Amino acid sequence: MNAPVAEKKRLTTSAMIASIASEGQRVQAAPFGKALVEYAATHAEVVGLTADLAKYTDLHLFAQAYPERFHQMGMAEQLLLGAAGGMAKEGLVPFATTYAVFGTRRAYDFIHQVIAEEHLNVKICCALPGLTTGYGPSHQATEDLAMMRGVPGLTIVDPCDALDITQAVPQIAAHPGPVYMRLLRGQVPLVLDEIEGYRFELGQAKMLREGADVLVISSGIMTMRALEVAADLAQDRLGVAVLHCPTIKPLDEATIVQAVGQAPRLVVVAENHSVIGGLGEAVASALLRHGVTPARFRLAGLPDAFLDAGALPTLHDRYGISREALGRRIKGWLG
Amino acid sequence: MDHDLKDLAQAAWRIRRYALRMGEVQGQGYIGQALGWADVLAVAYRHALNLRPDEPTWEGRDRFLLSHGHYAIAHYAALIEAGVIPESELETYGSDDSRLPMSGMATYTPGMEISGGSLGQGLVIGVGMALGLKQKKNPAFVYNSMSDGELDEGSTWEAAMSAAHHRLDNLICLVDINNQQADGPSSQVLGFEPLADKWAAFGWHVQRVQGNDLAAVRDAFDTARALTAAQPRVILFNTLMGKGVPLLEQREKNHFIRVDPPEWQQALQILDQSLQNPQGALA
Repeated sequence: MNAPVAEKKRLTTSAMIASIASEGQRVQAAPFGKALVEYAATHAEVVGLTADLAKYTDLHLFAQAYPERFHQMGMAEQLLLGAAGGMAKEGLVPFATTYAVFGTRRAYDFIHQVIAEEHLNVKICCALPGLTTGYGPSHQATEDLAMMRGVPGLTIVDPCDALDITQAVPQIAAHPGPVYMRLLRGQVPLVLDEIEGYRFELGQAKMLREGADVLVISSGIMTMRALEVAADLAQDRLGVAVLHCPTIKPLDEATIVQAVGQAPRLVVVAENHSVIGGLGEAVASALLRHGVTPARFRLAGLPDAFLDAGALPTLHDRYGISREALGRRIKGWLG
Repeated sequence: MDHDLKDLAQAAWRIRRYALRMGEVQGQGYIGQALGWADVLAVAYRHALNLRPDEPTWEGRDRFLLSHGHYAIAHYAALIEAGVIPESELETYGSDDSRLPMSGMATYTPGMEISGGSLGQGLVIGVGMALGLKQKKNPAFVYNSMSDGELDEGSTWEAAMSAAHHRLDNLICLVDINNQQADGPSSQVLGFEPLADKWAAFGWHVQRVQGNDLAAVRDAFDTARALTAAQPRVILFNTLMGKGVPLLEQREKNHFIRVDPPEWQQALQILDQSLQNPQGALA
């Protein structure tokens, strides 16, 4: 009889609301809720609505601060977004929160017809974007950007970290018209404060660092990954530039075209989203239309598939969006 | 007949007439629904709604949402009757660059509060507007006009549950029960009875009346408005498609009633005769 082999301990499925911060990373708690409470203090027209997910989208802070301006709509996303449209028609500025899968998939027609067709002033803020939960496809919003990009007149924001979110909230609130913002909640990584002079500006892409060998164009948490990979590859004397595009629509095409055209580098679009219909295809289309063709162009996004359930670190590694996996992919493409 | 009812009957007659004229312009339209719903619209626009015709976005107005966007032909007729849209404009109905598209849209037409048409959206928007009005301490009512087919949509019942939960006593839902949907009688497509019991179980004040009996319609509106209970109100109107034009009333019942080109004039003549007929609308 063989002696029992010690098995490697399997990671367990992360909690639904597990922080995406890695161990020891600097974080800020509930940047969305705090920023909204601060903005609403001087803007009485701001109201908050949720579909039974206030606590899980950090909107509970708003509810505590302004109970008379908070509306619990129950687990009914068509109602959530239709009613938000109705409130906007009455001159209010509703921030409606839920998970991205429910807001975009279940209530698509209400975003399209009630909100966007009349260009109503609704801010749709949705947690668990892309692959930020291990609960499987029911909760993984891997195609939310593809769906939202198809809605005319909708502004789309995919923030990287707590700083982006804090600065985005007052800007999307002041922006006239509908906005879809991907939301990071709970203990949110703080990264971009280390970039000198960085500031979130709606509609603008920002070059966070330069590098001669690779240009990573990224949004959301993949900008954080790209910065980590850039630091790792610098050890190998490889230069990685990172162009952060937190506004997905309208896309800052001028900055992207300029960055791609300025030097012959490997161009990688990194996104926490399916390779179908997200930032990667938007960038590819912009480059072709502007007559700029990079020598090599690669997509570091999620596969066009129903993703597995499991622990987030395992899944990020499996689908190529962890720090290590992204680094390996880029080095492989460099050859 | 009291003076008020006579006035309402004349308004309903004019609404039917405007709708028929628009149908003639296009050679088509949801005329069966328009004729069936004309009495409710007459009471809404001549009796119940607080409006300023020359100021369609006046903050104090009662909001009338046309959830069933395909009833636009009827709603335009009512807006003409109310003086919001000039009568001459009905000649443009459904034409290129007209303010009166076949399906009602807020971005096209003064007095059209929402873009309906994707059925089941009016009542959720109404919940949001009613909540918003309360937050602004604006005492206006929100009326949501919808078809019985929209009872199939889950969002209608999300809204129904929510309106009662939020005690929206400023929300009045008007349901046209003509028992016709695209694929046939509602009772065969997706049965909704017992309907009054359903709405009551959801926490609403319910009335069910004959939607082509002007006195009953007027009384139902008055009751819904005067109620002091902190709950939303629904009025279920049983209506007859094609009402007022026996030629169309008797036609085989379909969601979309076919009208041949010469029949539009014929229908107008029949309608006009009802004004002179002592047994007709003004009896």
